[in-house]
Amino acid sequence: MYTAAVFLPLLGAFLAGLIALFGPEDEHKKHKWDTISQIITCGGLLTSAALSIAIFFAVPNGGEAQVIKLFDWINVGDFQVAWALKFDTLTAVMMIVVTGVSSMVHVYSVGYMHHDPSIPRFMSYLSLFTFFMLMLVTASNLLQLFFGWEGVGLASYLLIGFWYKKPSANAAAIKAFLVNRVGDFGFALGIFAIFMLFGTIEMDAIFAAVESHKDTTFVIFGLEVHAITACALLLFVGAMGKSAQLGLHTWLPDAMEGPTPVSALIHAATMVTAGVFLVARMSPLFEYSDTALAVVTIVGASTAFFAATIGCVQNDIKRVIAYSTCSQLGYMFFACGVSAYSAGIFHLMTHGFFKALLFLGAGAVIHAMSDEQDMRKMGGIWKLIPVTYAMMWIGNLALMGVPPFAGYFSKDIVLEAAYAADTFVGTYAFWAGIAAAFMTAFYSGRLTFMTFHGKPRADETVMAHVHESPKVMLIPLFVLAAGAVLAGYLGYENFVGHNAPQFWGSAIFVLEGHNALENAHHVAAWVKYLPLVVGISGMLLAALFYLWVPSLPGALAGSFQGVYKFVLNKWYVDELYDFLFVRPAFYLGRGLWKSGDGAVIDGVGPDGVAAATRNIAQRFSRMQSGYLYHGAFAMMIGVVFFVSWYILMK
Amino acid sequence: MSDLPILSLVTFTPLVGVAIILLLIRGEDEARAKHIALLTSGVTFFMSLFIWGNFDNSLATFQFAEKAAWLPSLGISYHMGVDGISMFFVILSTFLTPICILSAWVVIKKHIKEYMIAFLILETLMVGMFCALDMILFYVFFEGVLIPMYLIIGIWGGPRRVYASFKFFLYTLLGSVLMLLAMFAMYFEAGTTDIPTLLTYNFPAEMQTWLWLAFFASFAVKVPMWPVHTWLPDAHVEAPTAGSVILAGVLLKMGGYGFLRFSIPMLPLATVDFTPLIYTLSVIAIIYTSLVALAQEDMKKLIAYSSVAHMAFVTIGAFSLTIYGIEGAIYQMLSHGVVSAALFLIVGVVYDRVHSREIAVYGGLVEKMPFYALTFMIFMLASVGLPGTGGFVGEILVLMGIFQVNSIVAAFAATGLVLGAAYMLYLYRRIIFGALTKDNLKAIKDLSAREVAIFAPLAIVTIWMGIYPMTFLDVMHVSVENLITNFNQAVAAAGDGAVAAR
Repeated sequence: MYTAAVFLPLLGAFLAGLIALFGPEDEHKKHKWDTISQIITCGGLLTSAALSIAIFFAVPNGGEAQVIKLFDWINVGDFQVAWALKFDTLTAVMMIVVTGVSSMVHVYSVGYMHHDPSIPRFMSYLSLFTFFMLMLVTASNLLQLFFGWEGVGLASYLLIGFWYKKPSANAAAIKAFLVNRVGDFGFALGIFAIFMLFGTIEMDAIFAAVESHKDTTFVIFGLEVHAITACALLLFVGAMGKSAQLGLHTWLPDAMEGPTPVSALIHAATMVTAGVFLVARMSPLFEYSDTALAVVTIVGASTAFFAATIGCVQNDIKRVIAYSTCSQLGYMFFACGVSAYSAGIFHLMTHGFFKALLFLGAGAVIHAMSDEQDMRKMGGIWKLIPVTYAMMWIGNLALMGVPPFAGYFSKDIVLEAAYAADTFVGTYAFWAGIAAAFMTAFYSGRLTFMTFHGKPRADETVMAHVHESPKVMLIPLFVLAAGAVLAGYLGYENFVGHNAPQFWGSAIFVLEGHNALENAHHVAAWVKYLPLVVGISGMLLAALFYLWVPSLPGALAGSFQGVYKFVLNKWYVDELYDFLFVRPAFYLGRGLWKSGDGAVIDGVGPDGVAAATRNIAQRFSRMQSGYLYHGAFAMMIGVVFFVSWYILMK
Repeated sequence: MSDLPILSLVTFTPLVGVAIILLLIRGEDEARAKHIALLTSGVTFFMSLFIWGNFDNSLATFQFAEKAAWLPSLGISYHMGVDGISMFFVILSTFLTPICILSAWVVIKKHIKEYMIAFLILETLMVGMFCALDMILFYVFFEGVLIPMYLIIGIWGGPRRVYASFKFFLYTLLGSVLMLLAMFAMYFEAGTTDIPTLLTYNFPAEMQTWLWLAFFASFAVKVPMWPVHTWLPDAHVEAPTAGSVILAGVLLKMGGYGFLRFSIPMLPLATVDFTPLIYTLSVIAIIYTSLVALAQEDMKKLIAYSSVAHMAFVTIGAFSLTIYGIEGAIYQMLSHGVVSAALFLIVGVVYDRVHSREIAVYGGLVEKMPFYALTFMIFMLASVGLPGTGGFVGEILVLMGIFQVNSIVAAFAATGLVLGAAYMLYLYRRIIFGALTKDNLKAIKDLSAREVAIFAPLAIVTIWMGIYPMTFLDVMHVSVENLITNFNQAVAAAGDGAVAAR
């Protein structure tokens, strides 16, 4: 059961891949095989999801993790790594999120990709992604985690660039892979540092040894540093890349070039949360480094704020949601940073449901609007697609944190934990989070009102064509909506409430004295109500701007042009990176090639010598000089030296 | 069975094929030379598997040893044998040769007979080089390899073959002469050319420095290390596809193998002194050549430069002198041997169809060539070092090893992870993705059955090496541990001596 849940998606990916490669060209037969590939992959995923639920109940709360060793991977010296699957509560929760959202996305894709000519390829990539993601969450050692980590990066690359004829999609795919690689660079160094410190990269062995190394220092990059802090921070660089945190976030908005189901699955619900999972998984390590925790908190809180500002002014519906994802991931990180890992994972889970719902809902809108993504060209369609409209409301209310939707429970506990941490960084995170919550509500309202209300801004042919999506797309929306409504209420007690210690057991470790989560239940009333108050006021402001006085945003943007432009252009981070890294790399590459290799090395070396030799050779004779002779000549010189040396020495 | 001279059999069987081609093939049916060459190299490959099958992983000594007097008056003998370091290079050579012959099946139209002979001779010399346990024998094979290679580039090469082979010649000549001098010096010092004996001989510290530099001159050119790498892009560009395959697949490994067989174990004190030099040159190579690769417009040049960067991992790993680093270096050589060979074959596929290596000529090939795109993807990812492919295991072990020794070097080297992905993905995108708009590509054909037969074994090995590397690593453990133990003992002994002298 355990192994099957992980490997079924791989099997599905493989079979669908075969269909993609060998499938018939003929129109009618192709359709049949397309359907077969959909049945195989969806069937595999649904089975895997069912098994994940069974695993969730089979994994004993608080008991020992179950580890299934498959076979050895790399054994060199003390470096002993095996392919092994580890199941504990944290894994089981992640598996439910991953397979749950993934199976819904699979089913939804049957409808969404209906007109696409490469259906089997798409389904194959989706299943492949799911397999890598499952390998990631079930990893029992860091190297296998890295395998899943890079694997989901590959699947993300393939899916962002799925429509390979679009240059922008190809560029976005490469950017995603490379920015992630920058993060992975840190991750890999983190693995090496951990191996140097602990002599193992097996998680359980590391966790057992952490305490005995809590004051160890080692020399790394020429500096003597606190060892655990260095390890944790290097791993966190990896987490920042994968989870699109401040500085390494630039790939995520561009990743929206991929088909919308991909955005829902990879760039909202699962892959981007891998960084949060990593921090939670490595909680025994992070707990022993206050510095690392503070960094996590600051980065998370800053990202939450920063991404929310950009989300407020974007016009592409998917980009708004993308920046929102970025911002919500920041919440999860700062929850982990104040040692409220379970709150972070709780928000990860609820976010997985409502953000996937939002993306798939947006997909339904885009589908209805004949592939239009610009909200300035939408409006006035709510009566035409009422079901989608209702689903989007559910998603948005959950995102804003309005009770009784899921986001209310998880976002509140995250903010309360930050406040209750009672540290400088915790307080910073709290206020950044409150500001972001206000903006979250604002851009969610803005998205809803711009898309569905007001006068239609699309042309008549598009408007005439607006239609509700087929059932195969709506049913996954219902399932996810159920999650977005219920997950918070149902999960609260186990995830962050009184059952939490028993529920998580050894899967999450919190050092004594790090009581943010416990104290979060006893904060002052104003702390509890503030998120809701800013949420509602944010939404009212959006209603004022985009529903009641639609001329206001334009006027405001006009009078604060500098700020508006700065935010609209995403704080110019892309331009900065282009200037700092991309251009110099190409410039240097060309320069080193032409001047370094060409002029200096060759000019002084072989070409220079060659010119000199040619000169001399011509004077001596015009003897034929072919290549055979060069070779023979080399051998001859060797022999001459050999003989003469021998004679001389005798 | 054990007293069968299996190494000699594997080494010289290709020459039997040469004899058959010379004696039996006349004029008209030149094409049949291909069949004989393929058959011979296939038989050689299967015979070489016998070496693998009977290899004892638990022994650090040279196995399947054969020894016969050659020039007894000088103490030079014909001595062959393999250990855990060299064994897989023999297999790599015998594995790639049939693939090369198959890849030339329809492409080579002139002098087919001579072409096949050149490759079979090349195989004998390569295998002999990795088996040789006598310095002079090693030298003969080591230098001999270059002759068929010159011929292959010079006769079947591209338009600038004159320049390319001349450059190749100049670089190599310098290295060879110095290495030969060093070998004589060692002979006169130790009184033998027998490699196993030399491995235990302690050369005086001062002499080690000079010997090390002389060997370095030769091996660094072969690897190639920065800044003596500039022959490689030119040689690759002008060589026919199969020539590039052998060049990247096996010939570059001669340098790395040389470091592990001669410089490190025989000259440990000098090795310690020069390690910073190796690190510096390798780190420069990784960053420098990766950036240069990014700017290339010619596919073969791009892959050639990427080879320089990948081989720099090998030198870093070998000189980290940790078990992780050295096994990683050997592993990296093996996987690079397979992957770079495959990448040159990948270039060959479209070159045969369109007759251009320029990247800008292509674009959108996935539409007409899905199998090609998939194959290219597999090897591109292996080159990038994605976990699950052979490229990953080598790189991660090398970095793991060097990190234990010097984390700054490790951090610089690890930038190769990012840069390597950049130039390969950029290459892949320009060739495979985008819309297929160019007229000359509209009728392009996907992989033929012959081409699938070439790539299938390479792809299987690449993934096998990524998922279950233990098949290969188990063979190396004992030999590499032995190498490190001896190295550390030698360095420690010299340290004691220095203290005592004071």
